[in-house]
Amino acid sequence: MSERLYKVRLKVNGKDVEAEVPSRQTLVDFLRDTLRLTGTHVGCEHGICGACSILLDNEPVRSCLMYAVQAEGCSVTTIEGLSNPDGTPGVLQDAFCEMHALQCGYCTPAMIVASHALLESNPAPSEAEIRDAIGGNLCRCTGYKQIVQAVQLAAENIAKGAK
Amino acid sequence: MSSAPEPAAFRYIGKQRRTKEDPRFVTGRGRYVADIALPGMKHVALVTSPHASARIKAIRTEAALAMEGVHYVLTGEELCANVDPLLVGVDTPKVVRYPLAHGVVRYAGEWIVAVVADSRALAEDAAEKVEIDYEPTPYVLDPEQALLPDAVLVHPDHGSNVLYRRTFTWGPVAEDFAHSQHQLSFRVHWGRSATVPIETFGVAAQWHPGTQLLDIWASIQMPKFPDQTARALRLPGNAVRVHFDVDVGGSYGVKRGIKHTVLVGYLAKRLGMPVRFIEDRLENMRGGDMHGPDRIFDMTAAFDGDGTIRSLKIRALDDVGAYAGRSPLQLGKPVGAIVGPYRINSVEYEPISVLTNKTAQEAVRGFGQAPTNYAIETAIDRIARHLGMDRIELRRKNFIAKDQFPYLIPSGSTYDSGDFEAVLDKALDAAKFDDLVAARDAAREAGRLAGIGIATCLEPSGGNSAFEPLFNPKNETTTWMDSCLVRVDLSGAITGVMNTSTSGQGHETLVSTVLGEVLERDPDSIRVVHADSLNALPSNSPVGSRMAIMLGGAAAGAAKKIKAALMAIAAHNLGVPEAALEYRDGNISVGDDASKSLSWDQLVEIAHRKFHKLPPGLEPGLQAKFVWEVPTGGGLPTADGRIQMYPCYSFEAHIVLVEIDPLTAQPKILDYVCGHDCGTMINPAIVHGMTYGGIAHGIGAALYEKFAFSDNGQLASQTFMDYLMPSAMEVPGIEIVDHCTRSPLTEFGQKGSGEAGYLGAPAAIASAINDALAALGKSVDELPMTPLAIWTTLQGESSK
Repeated sequence: MSERLYKVRLKVNGKDVEAEVPSRQTLVDFLRDTLRLTGTHVGCEHGICGACSILLDNEPVRSCLMYAVQAEGCSVTTIEGLSNPDGTPGVLQDAFCEMHALQCGYCTPAMIVASHALLESNPAPSEAEIRDAIGGNLCRCTGYKQIVQAVQLAAENIAKGAK
Repeated sequence: MSSAPEPAAFRYIGKQRRTKEDPRFVTGRGRYVADIALPGMKHVALVTSPHASARIKAIRTEAALAMEGVHYVLTGEELCANVDPLLVGVDTPKVVRYPLAHGVVRYAGEWIVAVVADSRALAEDAAEKVEIDYEPTPYVLDPEQALLPDAVLVHPDHGSNVLYRRTFTWGPVAEDFAHSQHQLSFRVHWGRSATVPIETFGVAAQWHPGTQLLDIWASIQMPKFPDQTARALRLPGNAVRVHFDVDVGGSYGVKRGIKHTVLVGYLAKRLGMPVRFIEDRLENMRGGDMHGPDRIFDMTAAFDGDGTIRSLKIRALDDVGAYAGRSPLQLGKPVGAIVGPYRINSVEYEPISVLTNKTAQEAVRGFGQAPTNYAIETAIDRIARHLGMDRIELRRKNFIAKDQFPYLIPSGSTYDSGDFEAVLDKALDAAKFDDLVAARDAAREAGRLAGIGIATCLEPSGGNSAFEPLFNPKNETTTWMDSCLVRVDLSGAITGVMNTSTSGQGHETLVSTVLGEVLERDPDSIRVVHADSLNALPSNSPVGSRMAIMLGGAAAGAAKKIKAALMAIAAHNLGVPEAALEYRDGNISVGDDASKSLSWDQLVEIAHRKFHKLPPGLEPGLQAKFVWEVPTGGGLPTADGRIQMYPCYSFEAHIVLVEIDPLTAQPKILDYVCGHDCGTMINPAIVHGMTYGGIAHGIGAALYEKFAFSDNGQLASQTFMDYLMPSAMEVPGIEIVDHCTRSPLTEFGQKGSGEAGYLGAPAAIASAINDALAALGKSVDELPMTPLAIWTTLQGESSK
């Protein structure tokens, strides 16, 4: 008995994607296993750790908590879509390197996704606002301090005109 | 090794420099085990025990096997007949563990059947079709009850539930107790928690029948992992190739995963297909065997009215769960710092490792030192309270002074160096301690509960494995070496080869910084790669806060050999003795005479191409390996159990202000300062990051995280909704104050820092909570100090 497949059309990192997926396939499995966008990670699969965060129509969401078919007609941005076109780190990613805002790197793509969404809506966040924005993303390496500093640095650099 | 130069004299070490690893991670280009897709790869799901203890009467697999896309259903009966048991750290031959249960199960969540299918989803579907008949049997969950003569036995063939028990007496304990003016006793309990990485454990394996070789990609941090895998699979060591270039998504000690790998390795070989198993979170929490120490301390201290602490008696009862790997040894490591930073003349230590019907314990950050530090620091606070003495003054009174190093403690370890007073002073200054006291007292006057916590703790570093022979006389392991291979290629570029995997510690940055420092070449131009286990030099993995010391030391040793070869080539070709030569940026000259010089490129060219210009006896090419034994290592324990444990001793002084909401009993950390001395820091951002992270782990262990079991042996906190980890909202903006007491035992004066923060934070937070409650005559004596535990204490009668 093969699983029935459903057509899904969406935009991923600016590119049109059309695929046939099982109804029960999660969005994160679709991104990772089908599209091979492995920068999005699986941590808990029950919506707590935030490691699978992506942008769905510019809002950060847990891609483990939705099915791929639910992304029909949506625009998805993953960590791969936040780099510069040549693949080098973007401003926020560069600030994470500058402040060493990571260690093992496993939660990092989702931290950057959450921070990116914050800076898009609030270009000059306070420390409390940064902590609130990443409050749904668990990191076991850093104790968060250098992450907060990296987001602050990115905000400063963006204000100075960095892209 | 040589005496260390002043930090200011370094070119790259200790400087704020970006790491080599971060760019690939921030762009989503890490390569973790779940990112490895092998053609035709199959997936594993598990059937696990619903009972804490049961006899397996029958397993029916036909329905699962008949499903489309299902390739195999493996039971313990087949697996146990074809692999050897996993290694146990102590001498208990009847406590046998295999990856799958066979005949009986001993904890809820224990793996029983592995299903292999085309996808993980299909494997899970098929796992639900496996039928198992159980006969539930009696179980034991309480470690004290497990010690009783009529206790249910977790492993009946072993004859008791005790894995290890010994009473060590180091120094004149009886005399010191007899001559002391005061004694006090208390019990504290370090609850079961772990460092719980966000990436679960995972492994992929592929068997190559043509070459009889098993390839392994795994998320691991495990000493002697390739050897243990090969032995269990009854393969020669050179038939297993572990790829150490897999990025590990956090470990902090727990990613041992040997049972995962033996299972998947067996399946890959048996089926002739690549097989992968990535734990889901439930499998990880219940059966990943990564729970940390669960330890009851009975402490008795003997001291005088002036605060002089003479002696300690410590009974440490550790509940390791249903099976043992290295977990009993976590009672052994604290032997190397059993008196903390204090001049305590004698110690009686009774470690007891006991089996219960719970998930098995494994190594967690600090390998048992954080619980012991919590017990010691609680003793210090209680002695101060007993004597009406200031906690800081009591610590100062008993600190080993900076001119007393090297300092031999009663249990046989010599502390290399330290300046505990200076670090504490810096932390107090940074915390503006008087203001902190004023803030606490103002909160109290306003009717709120507030407390200040203090902890001054050691971080033994440079991990050897001296607890192995101490706890198991049949094990004569006295070396725990690490290695580095350095190659300078024909283009003049440098490559460092390390021999283990990395789980966030920045080893590529470490090696490149050290090689750059010694060879005076830009670390950014140096590549660092991870060997696989078949072309690796010996390594004992990044455990025990050891890599800055051991891998750093090995890299320096190899780089010095390269430098020596370059000097020999230059002396031979310039016709002068080496003493007349100057090495600068990789170029070598006779003084400032430009006509008598050879550039790096010229020297490399000679080494690689011009045998006729090589000095006699020098090997062509330009490569060097260095294998380093742990400094001070090599000894076996004395009959009374004294031994040099780790070589280097980092130190941390934590100051924390906590307020407790009087209605919800929710503690809030208002201020957190950590004075930290790990000698010379190779990369300060990495050291600080690990210390912040260690404190965050400590906050979790102290306030939130607990693997709680129900009365029938079910893990109650098996999701992240029940097992609560601190987020950016719970971890405050921690301030770290650095101090540097260089180790005399290492190349650059470095000590270890991988367990920093975690070794003192739980003690400090507990100290703060109990400072707040002491005003009411109450205390909480168990971690985690959850809001419920604090609230219940607040409602209860005064305990003292």
